[in-house]
Amino acid sequence: MSEEKKLLLDVQDLKVHFAIPSTSPWPWAKPSMLKAVDGVSLKLYEGETLGVVGESGCGKSTFARAVIGLNHVTSGHIMWLGEDLTQLPPHELREKRKEIQMIFQDPLASLNPRMTVGDIIAEPLKTFYPEYSRQEVKHKVKKMMDRVGLLPNVINRYPHEFSGGQCQRIGIARALILEPKLVICDEPVSALDVSIQAQVINLLKELQQEMGLSLIFIAHDLSIVKHISDRVLVMYLGNEVELATDTELFNNPLHPYTKALMSAVPIPDPKIERNKKIQLLEGDLPSPLNPPSGCVFRTRCPIADADCAQQSPELKGIHSHYAACFKC
Amino acid sequence: MSLLDVKDLRVEFSVADGTVTAVNDLNFSLNQGETLGIVGESGSGKSQTVFSIMGLLAKNGQTHGSAKFEGREILNLSEKEMNKVRAQQIAMIFQDPMTSLNPYMKISEQLCEVLQLHKGMSHNEAMEESIHMLDAVKIPEARKRINMYPHEFSGGMRQRVMIAMALLCRPKLLIADEPTTALDVTIQAQIMTLLNELKSEFNTAIIMITHDLGVVAGSCDKVLVMYAGRTMEYGKVDDIFYHPSHPYTEGLLKSIPRLDSEGDELPTIAGNPPNMLHLPKGCPFQDRCPRVMDICRGDAPVLQPFSGDRLRACFSDHRSW
Repeated sequence: MSEEKKLLLDVQDLKVHFAIPSTSPWPWAKPSMLKAVDGVSLKLYEGETLGVVGESGCGKSTFARAVIGLNHVTSGHIMWLGEDLTQLPPHELREKRKEIQMIFQDPLASLNPRMTVGDIIAEPLKTFYPEYSRQEVKHKVKKMMDRVGLLPNVINRYPHEFSGGQCQRIGIARALILEPKLVICDEPVSALDVSIQAQVINLLKELQQEMGLSLIFIAHDLSIVKHISDRVLVMYLGNEVELATDTELFNNPLHPYTKALMSAVPIPDPKIERNKKIQLLEGDLPSPLNPPSGCVFRTRCPIADADCAQQSPELKGIHSHYAACFKC
Repeated sequence: MSLLDVKDLRVEFSVADGTVTAVNDLNFSLNQGETLGIVGESGSGKSQTVFSIMGLLAKNGQTHGSAKFEGREILNLSEKEMNKVRAQQIAMIFQDPMTSLNPYMKISEQLCEVLQLHKGMSHNEAMEESIHMLDAVKIPEARKRINMYPHEFSGGMRQRVMIAMALLCRPKLLIADEPTTALDVTIQAQIMTLLNELKSEFNTAIIMITHDLGVVAGSCDKVLVMYAGRTMEYGKVDDIFYHPSHPYTEGLLKSIPRLDSEGDELPTIAGNPPNMLHLPKGCPFQDRCPRVMDICRGDAPVLQPFSGDRLRACFSDHRSW
């Protein structure tokens, strides 16, 4: 379905590695490498929502931050409308930032407490369009505030005067005022109460339709990702595990990790919950400093055997449903 | 006689701008081996309810009403008396397992301390019992890992240590304050399975505080829905989930996206939770309620029996929904 649509973002074999200083007493000891993102490739089309899910430490935020340029990229390419963002000089990259914006997890921490709401939302405009007059800026800010459901009379208030849900609305207004093509949402509703979560999700969906946005929606809550996404990427320890359309993934998960993740999500229905057989994963996430050989999931996988330790599986599949597993 | 009987519990905090009533006339009871879920949004008073029962309120907090544990009043006990109730009768686990363990002490010391203090065991006895308990919460290589510090454990393992510590004296009641909120879903599933197993093994009653209705559905017998410090609805888990009788419960259940259903627009509860310092006169939910009537702005609705053994605080006629 998305094949005819315009290709916005094409990430090719993206790797983000961090050097962790060695704990060895010798100063010449080599730092160990933490492979936060280890070879992620994906395509994002115009107007599409891509959900990224995984447990904490799986590299989903690092991936998003690398796309927007907040983390360095170790290797790989990020093609944005045909241009490689990793090769662009800083001043040209800055221009591209107009088109890619981000919404952060903690709504209060991502807003400057010393700036008024009006100033916060206006800042991107003032940075990228210094030629705008003050009236123009104010007009645009008010229009945007109205769009995200903030009353215009709060323009001179400070972030601490708002509740979490309203702060997230301010964050959304700040990201959208430049009319970007892609908005990266890094766990935008995890810090909010249930009744407020639904408000913010509906707002994001509405604005997406109005403005034709593409979204990369990062969350650890599978039910929310299912609700908002067209396609979903499942990550585990910096690797892609499964990539499929929303309905395909949730009706017919292939990878054992995806299956376990989905069975672990509690469903608010007592009868279903009581009779459900949870496929429990043994143990914890292995340390990304010292990942297992071969398939990174094999230490917790219920169907792993000796072959899985030898080689790491490639993402393969048909009909836009890809999984990285030898056994499925 | 029920294990815990809470009557007209009221928690007040005096702050610079006046008095905040965090918990307002709460009533519930709990039998041996039962699990009660307390759900509500942040600021609804669910944590303060159990803090007041455990005597853990902040200095500016005051508790009124009564909480009887096995017929004995435990509210406003002296610190010395309360210490005998804590751990031996009622134990508690907290949301963040890292901040509730002492980072300077080995797990072994933190576990043995409980047994030496409350049961008068010798260090060796306490050590054996602690290892036994770590085995029960399924920590692999318990004998080796007991000598580690909290930072050497992962989040899920730390929560297991907390559960082991809480169960050491075989309390009759375990209070779990958002025990899985800080954990990943796969780890959450492990911990919830463990808690359900331990509950049947030790026949412990559990008060489960959470904002995740899915967790409640899977583990609780009874549910108490709180909003702005008041009980909105209280009843059996099946009744509440399948036939919610309060507009707030109904809205809450509808507004969560579910993994097992499709849907486009999520129904929402409009507006924000009220400011606890300036609660509206009457029902605290009136400004967000889709079924609000004039009467709701007068007096606050009282909690009344409603179809069977269920209680709800609402004026609306449920038959007309």
